[in-house]
Amino acid sequence: MSTATAASTPVLKKPKLSRGTSPWIIFLSVVGALALFPVVVDTLMTDDASLMKASLQALAYIVMALGLNIVVGFAGLLDLGYVAFYAIGAFVVAWLGSSHFADADIHILASSAAENLPGIHVNFFIVLLIGAVFTAIWGALLGAPTLRLRGDYLAIVTLAFGEIVPRVFENSTSGIFGIGSTDFSNGKQGIQPIDSIGFPGQLPIGPFENVKLYYIGLALVAITLFINIMLRDSRMGRAWIAVREDEVAASAMGINLVRTKLWAYAIGAALGGFAGVYFGAINTSVNVDQFAFGKSVFILCMVIIGGMGNIWGVVLGAIALSMLNSFGLPELNKLSDPIGFQVTSISFGIFGFFLLAMMILRPEGFLPSGRRKLELHDEEPEVAIPDDPGDQAYEVRQS
Amino acid sequence: MSETTAPLLVASNVSKVFGGLVAVNDVSFTVPHKAIVSLIGPNGAGKTTFFNCMTGLYKPTTGTVVFDGKDITAKRADIVTDAGMARTFQNIKLFRTMSAVENVQVGMHPRLKSRITGMILRTPFVRREEQGARDKARELLDMVGLKRHDELAMNLPYGDQRRLEIARALASDPKLLLLDEPTAGMNPQESEQLRSLMERVRDERGISVLLIEHDMKVVMSVSEHITVLESGTKIAEGGPQEVRANPRVIEAYLGSQA
Repeated sequence: MSTATAASTPVLKKPKLSRGTSPWIIFLSVVGALALFPVVVDTLMTDDASLMKASLQALAYIVMALGLNIVVGFAGLLDLGYVAFYAIGAFVVAWLGSSHFADADIHILASSAAENLPGIHVNFFIVLLIGAVFTAIWGALLGAPTLRLRGDYLAIVTLAFGEIVPRVFENSTSGIFGIGSTDFSNGKQGIQPIDSIGFPGQLPIGPFENVKLYYIGLALVAITLFINIMLRDSRMGRAWIAVREDEVAASAMGINLVRTKLWAYAIGAALGGFAGVYFGAINTSVNVDQFAFGKSVFILCMVIIGGMGNIWGVVLGAIALSMLNSFGLPELNKLSDPIGFQVTSISFGIFGFFLLAMMILRPEGFLPSGRRKLELHDEEPEVAIPDDPGDQAYEVRQS
Repeated sequence: MSETTAPLLVASNVSKVFGGLVAVNDVSFTVPHKAIVSLIGPNGAGKTTFFNCMTGLYKPTTGTVVFDGKDITAKRADIVTDAGMARTFQNIKLFRTMSAVENVQVGMHPRLKSRITGMILRTPFVRREEQGARDKARELLDMVGLKRHDELAMNLPYGDQRRLEIARALASDPKLLLLDEPTAGMNPQESEQLRSLMERVRDERGISVLLIEHDMKVVMSVSEHITVLESGTKIAEGGPQEVRANPRVIEAYLGSQA
């Protein structure tokens, strides 16, 4: 048996997986490069509004993709309904930063523009925290029923949650979950306008001050990256990878499967909520059509194409897909317009082709994590003993 | 064996039924403190099933398991490990894409106290604990004789994978170490090393060892007490000499004379 293993052992170029180059050097260069981006754009381009608007979206997508990376990449829980948390975050900022609840009169550190409006107006930065905590709780609540499921079954249930959450919001025009009679969502129209981001008592940042909004988004990205790096190299990060690799062994090593998975859901959801709050505030409107199933898939594609489990790969994947979608293809329209053709009309085809090409040529993504690469290219048969009872034989009990 | 203090592990009348198959039938079993005891029997005798019943991977159908004074019957595997019972697997179950050190660090999971906020902020406490965990992991790897600390588990040769599993199990500071066929696939020299390792674990660390093993040379030389299972039923127990001479054991292994 040992000879068979030795013969086809895959060799990893860097045996030290997570402690190769210091992640903080990469962190500083990535955040630094993103920080210089608006300056470069400003000097090179005369009309940079559309590019900057697209970059704001890209930043929000980076946060979401990094959140999903914790769930899918680290803990190995395939989540097809991640948009639910984005939706919850966006509705939190809509509830706490608009005149939707006109009867209420709550102002907490609101900007000068919102100070005298009716409704609830809480400062954006406080809403960020509230939104993250609120979505984390919902992440754990929605994660709980899926704990016993794996693989395809898990994907189906999470997909359902991704559909249910926006529908709940859509139908919450007279109480939520059938309780009460308050209008929580204004139905299909959604809630608008949402307060712009601002500091207490000062004028808020206008909707066209893209550079300022960009730097706020970048700060969120930096915080998200920081959390990702810290958790990856921690006791919790190891537990996530252990659960992904082998639930039975992880459980026998004293890892509480329920708690470990719920933390992955909760932290992943909190980051989704983070992005939702930011998105709601920069778009100044929230409506359920923004939370279609396609968005969950779009974010999952960023994670897969970038390199599941690799923080920097996921950042790259999020930037590439998001910029292609909201800037690259619309720009190509300008070129093709004279011949009466809209590139954006075939954007799904372009994405499909791109995904297919990626999956054939480089299934592990742009920057694969060392571990994932090994899993995908691992053709070596497992060292098996004839009367191996198999995983199915164990009752992995989680309650 | 007359114990004055309560034994470390007492399993009473444990049965496990899968559908119509009685895999373990009313087995009672004790493990004293600081002892090496063995569980043997032909293939399919229910040894591993019995192991799984004690370590929480199976719920026993009937019977109770008391460990170190605590009732751990049908408790989850992570709770059992936390209580001080660590195990290895017959079919090696390492975290294959993690390095040897990381594998052992996962084994320390229930003994580490970092909280999520501490982990995110990497407080001095967490930093110290992580450093300590790494040092201790390397110590354990040295103890089991594994030299390639930073190699991925999947790249290690078979014997080293077995050793790594033992190091990983020892990382949780157990009071009882359960080894499921640890010498399977090892050469005689490696088996001998393993035998001395088991004795060191018992003598230096005061850990009891419960061993499932087919290599009778190892079993007979290392065990203080041996229990024999056949078709889920306990057919004999006693010291090595006693068991070796027991006609029912000989029958179970060699078949009865027609």
